[in-house]
Amino acid sequence: MPENGHWNWEPGERVIHEVKDCDAEVSWLEELHASPDGEQVAVVAKLEEGYGVCVNGKLWEQTFDRAWYPKFSPDGRLTALVNVDGEWTLAVDGEVWPETYTCLWNTLFSETGDTIAACAQADGVYGMVVNGEIWEQLYDTANEFNLSSDGKRSAAVVVMVSMGQAEIFTYQKGCYSVAVNGEAWDNRFVNAWTPVFDPSDKRLAVQTRSTLYDYTIVVDGKPWSQNFSATWEPRFNPSTGAVVAPVRQAGKWGMAEDGRILWDPTFYQLWHQAFSPDGKKLYAIGAPKYGRWTLVENGSPWPLTVGDMVEDLTVSPDGARVAAAAKEGGRWTFMVDQSLWNSWYEMIWSPVFSPDSKHLAAKVELPGKRYTVVMNGKPLKETFEQCWEPVFSPDSRSVLIRAVQDGKFKRIVAGVHDF
Amino acid sequence: MSEAALAQKIDDPGLDETAAKLTPERIRTTINRVLQQENSARLKAFVGTCVSCGLCSDACHFFLSHDRDPKYSPAGKVKQTLWEMIRTKGNVSQEFIVRAATIAYTECNVCKRCVQYCPFGIDTAYLMTVVRRICHLLGVTPLYLQDTSHSHASTFNQMWVKDDEWIDTLQWQEDEYRDEIPNLRIPLEKEGADFFYSVIGPEPKFRTQLIGQAAVLMNECGVDWTMPATPGWDNSDMSMYSGDLEIMGRIKRAHFETARRLRVKRVVMGECGHAYRSVYDVGNRWLGWREMPIPVIHALQFYWEMLKEGRLKVATQMEEPCTFHDPCNVVRGMGLHEMARDVVRAFCSNFIEMEPNREQNYCCSAGGGVINCGPPHTKTRVLGNRVKAEQITATGAKVLIAPCHNCHGGLEDIINHYKLDVKLVFLIDIIYAHMHKSNAI
Repeated sequence: MPENGHWNWEPGERVIHEVKDCDAEVSWLEELHASPDGEQVAVVAKLEEGYGVCVNGKLWEQTFDRAWYPKFSPDGRLTALVNVDGEWTLAVDGEVWPETYTCLWNTLFSETGDTIAACAQADGVYGMVVNGEIWEQLYDTANEFNLSSDGKRSAAVVVMVSMGQAEIFTYQKGCYSVAVNGEAWDNRFVNAWTPVFDPSDKRLAVQTRSTLYDYTIVVDGKPWSQNFSATWEPRFNPSTGAVVAPVRQAGKWGMAEDGRILWDPTFYQLWHQAFSPDGKKLYAIGAPKYGRWTLVENGSPWPLTVGDMVEDLTVSPDGARVAAAAKEGGRWTFMVDQSLWNSWYEMIWSPVFSPDSKHLAAKVELPGKRYTVVMNGKPLKETFEQCWEPVFSPDSRSVLIRAVQDGKFKRIVAGVHDF
Repeated sequence: MSEAALAQKIDDPGLDETAAKLTPERIRTTINRVLQQENSARLKAFVGTCVSCGLCSDACHFFLSHDRDPKYSPAGKVKQTLWEMIRTKGNVSQEFIVRAATIAYTECNVCKRCVQYCPFGIDTAYLMTVVRRICHLLGVTPLYLQDTSHSHASTFNQMWVKDDEWIDTLQWQEDEYRDEIPNLRIPLEKEGADFFYSVIGPEPKFRTQLIGQAAVLMNECGVDWTMPATPGWDNSDMSMYSGDLEIMGRIKRAHFETARRLRVKRVVMGECGHAYRSVYDVGNRWLGWREMPIPVIHALQFYWEMLKEGRLKVATQMEEPCTFHDPCNVVRGMGLHEMARDVVRAFCSNFIEMEPNREQNYCCSAGGGVINCGPPHTKTRVLGNRVKAEQITATGAKVLIAPCHNCHGGLEDIINHYKLDVKLVFLIDIIYAHMHKSNAI
């Protein structure tokens, strides 16, 4: 998340735009997308011929055969995947990248937004395009794309050996590798999944299987010495650099660190682990009993559980708190501080901690398809046709609410105690 | 040599070449590991309870189609596979493993019809999946089924559809159907929609019209829906049937987490049978969810809901005599047969039941991953389902509705082999042709 202290944090409400307005004749407007600072709202517009992108009611100068996947970068630039004369490229604030591709999809951003990347297919071969430049080396197949937080490194799982139809024996010898900035590791895997960079963006860890049955984690091309019957995605300890991943042994899940068991395999499920910023605490979502889900803190499950699902694990900036979305009996609430909030919702979005870690806010859906923001368990008085996830001010005193009310896109700055 | 005997002479490198590399030690340890470490009281109860009464025999379409040959009876299949593995404590030969794999993967559709006839409720389908699990761990799986599982592992769909091909197909279908419905949309990545519409690999690969037709239905019914532009869109699960449970869990997790990422309240899946089994029973539970973490409803339920709510309106009825094939996983598995009939009767004026029907219906003989075992095994499943051909013929229907992809594949082969005068359709084909389309030009 880029620094947002320069945004307007004056308390109050401001109408930015009537969401149905566009300065062109349109057949329809698609879904709204709010900029991070709430000063802009964008929408893809279907025109009589082709598509345009409308920002605060103004259509980009150039129109396209197709435009979709509008995304604001963290620094507030609007991107869209656009098709011109049958070729795809990326438009950034209305300017298209000069190069075009057979297909372009899945726009990715660096943490500050200064790097924009996308997955690409060019004449039947695959790779990534970063700030408009495609990898030098492309592959017959690539997927599981990722971009480092500083945007300097991009990675994907790539195929190194082309396979014909049903060549199962070739497949099982290992045809896949991992490419970083287009350059493939020497390793060959039966499969590789979820390449992840470390916080310094220098190292890369990935799940692999070397046979149909032997799963492990490979870090910078070096596999752990221990295999497991299954794994989930790895994560780096931001302090020590150690790599942890959920692993399955004898039908149960535990946590391994650098190949050694860290948490005994006693869980019916264990995944989505995340470290505190100092690396001293490791949290995860787990099922200590069959069909019962909770958060796990340094290997110990919280005493409360829910039956349907726990997702969206979020660690507070100071690392002392963790929250997640919890579902029971078809309704959603938040699990935080070893308890559940009292109110239950139709749908909830990821919880957001304030920079000082004291407050927790989130977007929720109320009955009747109305939306609002809830702070520390208390809802805002107002409800909306639509709203986006809240953003805290750097001093943790205010929260930015981007919402549509009575057909107007509004930018509301509320105090954390206004709820 | 008889047709039936010919069907048993099968050359499949996925079975033969892999089994030839097995050592007695690997066979023994693998079998005993699965029996002792991966299975529970359920296996012990089933194995210890069967009294060989044979009541399951008449439930099996293979048994009936092979003139009551006992080796095709459900209990007979268990006797030839799992019981022998248990009796010998895993000391069986390579040839035994090939034969066990052939039986478990290609002569049993794990359709569960026989479970209804067992006085003790023994789930023979489950026992066959235990055999499949053993065979997977030994590397002895039919070549084409294994290839499908590889596809799941590499692409998270069963047809090797690449990330961009999926997106391109949806946008192409959207364009295609705008010729008829100019304001039609297939909304991609719409966060917070009421549901995500999920399909199986064959739809973007070669049954693309089903996506377009479903989009017309969604638009005409005015529902708030989306489709993901990422892997996780495919609900199918042939790894569940090959015995690669680890890949099964991986792809099922991707499916449910895609639904969560999109913040949808539920998933509506297209006309597929086995994928439904994977989301409500097998895949979800392997992952530790007792039920579906995000509700998934089958297309039959969705059509029924839309009809009952008055959002789906009938414009005309199909007059040709038609019959309905109840897919095992959505009918025996989830009891959707009356909902299906409500929809069929709404759109078809001349509906004829096949006998037996509903939960007693015979399997198509393609389900359970059998059709994915590919061309080497086509004859096995077609000759093993003569009774299905007789059942269809007896209706006199000219149109056969089958709301399941695998059923389609299997029934197509049965129609061709037995030269049946019947046209095979999905239910959405009929709905699309006869629904009221207020936005059409």
